Amino acid sequence: MSNAVLVLAEHDGKQISDSTYELLGAARGLAAALGGTAEVALLGPRDLAGQLGGADVVVSVDHPALAQYLPQASEVALLAVVAERSPRLVLTTCATPGLDLAAALSVRWRAPLAAYVVALDVADSAVVATAQILGGKVLAELELPGEHGIAAVIGGAFPAAAGRGDRAPEIAEVTPPAELDELAMSLVQVTEPQGGDVDITTAELLVSVGRGIESEDNIELVQDLGDALGVPLSASRPVVDAGWLPKTRQVGKSGLTVKPKAYLAFGISGAPEHLEGMRDAELVIACNTDANAPIFDVAHYGTTADLFDLVPALTEKLDQ
Amino acid sequence: MRIVVPIKAVPDLVEEIELTADETGIDREFLAFVVSEWDAQALEEALLIKDANGAEVVAAGLASDPDIDQALYTAIAKGADAAVKITGGEGEPVLTGERAALLASYLASEPADLVVTGVQAADDLDGQLPPMLAARLGWPHVSVVVGIAATDGAITARQEFAGGRVHELAVRLPAVIGVQAARQAPRYAPISRVRQAMQAGGLREVAAEPSRGAPAPVVRRMFRPERTSRAEMLTGSTDDVAEAIVGLLRGRGLVKG
Repeated sequence: MSNAVLVLAEHDGKQISDSTYELLGAARGLAAALGGTAEVALLGPRDLAGQLGGADVVVSVDHPALAQYLPQASEVALLAVVAERSPRLVLTTCATPGLDLAAALSVRWRAPLAAYVVALDVADSAVVATAQILGGKVLAELELPGEHGIAAVIGGAFPAAAGRGDRAPEIAEVTPPAELDELAMSLVQVTEPQGGDVDITTAELLVSVGRGIESEDNIELVQDLGDALGVPLSASRPVVDAGWLPKTRQVGKSGLTVKPKAYLAFGISGAPEHLEGMRDAELVIACNTDANAPIFDVAHYGTTADLFDLVPALTEKLDQ
Repeated sequence: MRIVVPIKAVPDLVEEIELTADETGIDREFLAFVVSEWDAQALEEALLIKDANGAEVVAAGLASDPDIDQALYTAIAKGADAAVKITGGEGEPVLTGERAALLASYLASEPADLVVTGVQAADDLDGQLPPMLAARLGWPHVSVVVGIAATDGAITARQEFAGGRVHELAVRLPAVIGVQAARQAPRYAPISRVRQAMQAGGLREVAAEPSRGAPAPVVRRMFRPERTSRAEMLTGSTDDVAEAIVGLLRGRGLVKG
């Protein structure tokens, strides 16, 4: 075992993701506390190592099957990396690659995993993770016992700046495992998101709606408010999953990140998935009947008024 | 094609969540439980495959989950062909690793071509079910899937990334798929149909061999997030609140007039 902290790099074949730098910044702090190195597992094109100047070591597995992200390919390559480097801690995101790989690694490498991590500490040489569960209503302090551990970290938990750097990291090449040539899956095609009718990322003001709207028929109510303000509607994931508004209106981790001058949230509880996409709005005003809803932790102003009363009242005032 | 859909009951987040006296867990005694929303999406996706290609859809729950009978009968009312209740866990398997071990044991006794389940659950502490189950079974898996098309002995799964990029993957069966969202909103089962399913009975109990899960994290304590920057609450009548909000927007030049 080493005291290394190993970050799983995420990339699209060309660019290392911002979330990777967030993890690498955290890894540098933890590696210093553990007396180890901050390492990055780069599964894919080796030339991307040039973007990883914040790492002490870049552990590289390069193989055609890793050119674009493929869950099974990354899983076997990551297993080869941890077998060779034996890090104390592996950090992944909670985004798509992290959701595929962290839990699989936990079983196959026999290492405990803390999911949805928002903070990481080393106390008396134990790694302690603070995880967010139940839609952000509860935090759990988890110890990762044993020689190895894994933490899947929520986006935005650590600043990306601390993970950037201009050092020339050591490149450690790991031989691509033979399984990469006999995978049970292949990439057929990649679809980039289509431009929508409106671009919610450029709006100065957004009227955003969540599960509290209850049904598709009620969307009209908030649409009237959006029309009165002359701004587009956006939504949290459940509204888009239900098909009530198009995907191009979705704010959150699996949707778009917005930074409007003001964000009006109606019936949005504030799950971590959503907060990731809107917490940097200059002004957040939230309406939710649950006074304990996590949205009120990021909102500047809040109300527990019933949205079915408040929204028409707002529309009426604006139409006057 | 036989599709197994593991379904989990999770605390209803609308409810107030209480911690146990020792503050290392959730007090489940007075909590209301609902089917995990991602599992509801997974069931819908499985039923869409059945509608399009024909398939046998089996909903699978753990007997120790609160209100699981209701959830499984609802699955039947929506169109699942059968439902099984897996016994053999000691107490309530709170950790996903234990859940994956029980489901893997069940799937060893009654094989499936495809397992479709929610990509995550609101109370996952130690990781998500689909990759843990797949790793135990030695099957390929894909998470964050927003649509599955079935062909002969294989499927294509649409995997979504942050920002909306989608990878279409061809996956050999058997496989485990973690569903983020079905191609359409989960169908509704009228209460009368759920009652009918209940009256017909037909939940089959299957004993699974409990085995050790992956090494698990140790919960030191649970606590509520500190409210460091709590919103300033607007009070008064609905009209007062509306007036205050319009004032805030007007103050920033976001309302014309």
